[in-house]
Amino acid sequence: MSATTALPVRVYAPSPFERLRSWWADVWVMTRRNLIHIRREPMQLSDVTIQPVLFTLLFIYVFGSAMVLAGGGNYKEFALAGLLVMNLTTSTVGTAIGLATDLTTGVIDRLRTLPMSPTSILVGRTISDLLAAALCSTIVALTGLAIGWRPTTGPAEVLAGFGVALLFSFALTWLNACLGMAVAGAESAQGIVFIVMFPLAFVSNVFVPTQGMPAWLQTIANWNPVSAVASACRVLFGNPNPSGSIQAWPMQHPVEASLIWSIAILAVAVPLAGRLYRKRTRD
Amino acid sequence: MNQQMMIEAVALSKRYGETQALDKVDLEVPAGSILGVLGPNGAGKTTGVRILTTLTAPDGGRAWVAGHDVVHEAPAVRREIGVTGQDATLDEALTGRQNLVMVGQLSRLRRSQARRRAAELLELFELTDAADRVVKGYSGGMRRRLDLAASLVKRPPVLFLDEPTTGLDPTSRQRMWGVIRGLVAEGVTLWLTTQYLDEADALADRIAVIDHGRVIAQGTPRELKAATGSQLLEVTLTDPHGGASAAVAAFALGAVNLSDDGRRLRTVVRSQAGLSTTVLRALDQAGARVDDIAVHQPSLDDVFAALTGADTTAESEAIVEGVLA
Repeated sequence: MSATTALPVRVYAPSPFERLRSWWADVWVMTRRNLIHIRREPMQLSDVTIQPVLFTLLFIYVFGSAMVLAGGGNYKEFALAGLLVMNLTTSTVGTAIGLATDLTTGVIDRLRTLPMSPTSILVGRTISDLLAAALCSTIVALTGLAIGWRPTTGPAEVLAGFGVALLFSFALTWLNACLGMAVAGAESAQGIVFIVMFPLAFVSNVFVPTQGMPAWLQTIANWNPVSAVASACRVLFGNPNPSGSIQAWPMQHPVEASLIWSIAILAVAVPLAGRLYRKRTRD
Repeated sequence: MNQQMMIEAVALSKRYGETQALDKVDLEVPAGSILGVLGPNGAGKTTGVRILTTLTAPDGGRAWVAGHDVVHEAPAVRREIGVTGQDATLDEALTGRQNLVMVGQLSRLRRSQARRRAAELLELFELTDAADRVVKGYSGGMRRRLDLAASLVKRPPVLFLDEPTTGLDPTSRQRMWGVIRGLVAEGVTLWLTTQYLDEADALADRIAVIDHGRVIAQGTPRELKAATGSQLLEVTLTDPHGGASAAVAAFALGAVNLSDDGRRLRTVVRSQAGLSTTVLRALDQAGARVDDIAVHQPSLDDVFAALTGADTTAESEAIVEGVLA
């Protein structure tokens, strides 16, 4: 047995609760920082402000003028949920650009020498982009209301519809975080919107019912998570949903399918983003 | 070991592709002192700073800052250090004040504390007037000052400054030196990399000269100057004299430089006791009359040139001549 008594050593060992609290504090600081960026350059926000208004009006008046929905129904009523999901999907590329920019400018070196939680850089980014997505949803909804779109269900269902869409947008934000870290810089990140997000948004039931597509494309579109989310919103808003007659499981259970898709994407993208961040910042 | 070492590197190595950026570097910095790390561009100075500040992992060797291993205890190291890199690490879209408050909050200060500290530092660095302007519009000198302020927010006991005065005008440089001296007076341990020999001479307690990733010399500025073993001899004759050059050449390590009017001789000589007397006697025997004789300690420039093989004196003289012509 040792005769000496060990001296108490001062070790920095915060409790799990303290850790969580300081982690959240870091996340909030990073979120606020990203929001200041947006305020400083409002044009950065154009993809969640001006673009939704433009797209909504363009698609409803240009496409809608020639569109007859199978099974009846007003195109405006049909298209709004689709435009909501399309705008949310394409605007998530902002996460990829923002993160790619942060990683290639000097500020990341400053952050990495601070005793902050490294994950708060990623989480702060996705939360500020979720807030931007909420703004985007509000603008689409207001544009829709202004031109005569009306939900026919109760407020709880309407809110649930927006909730499903925002959860999906949050999942895509994490996917974009991964893409943003996998590419070299902000310019390459910009390319992602065309390569990944546009096909994802367009090969779906967002603008047109899938029934008229070639069989193979129809299968892809019916299983595209974007179709599930658009259908879920149509169901929850009480708007026409021609996809309801399609036998594919996601079209029969759009709300469940949307939630499963979102959670599955998050389950893959969140840990992957952490790994990519560590890999990106090792040297 | 009597003195506590705040920074310690043992056989620290890092390779980038073909380049050996650091090659088994051993260095230590006692608490409360300044180590000047001197070397030409690409010598490995910045790599050293990046490893010690946990930004880059070494390939070999180990290092401790404030007693914590930089690889295995990186979060603990980050609580003890302040860093100002060569490139500004500021958020361009935030104001100066917002930058400092953000750094403070991420360094575990409460918001109110962070705001108070930010105001203090803005005052200290004479940035109060620009505090609420976006950094994008700052001048180079203002950015440097704000960047240094950002590394001081949490009052770190160990500070790393990577070429803090590169690109500053002479006045800003003097001011920066004043700030650095003040910090060390408060007991901060400082790792200062620089390309400027006068800066290392003026500020550092000890200097390590790095070239091609290796420490090629270290010691106090005085030790380094003595270590080259050479001094600069300057003789002014009353009238030009044919035998003077030959008399001086007997002591010279290199060529004897004769001025156009034939009265001034300059050469590098080996240090030895009673040198002036001996040279004077030799000139007297040659029949030359001497107005003035002086033996100078070499400047750090001369030391640096001797160590790295780079002829900085010749280069700067060429520049001066170019300007005068």
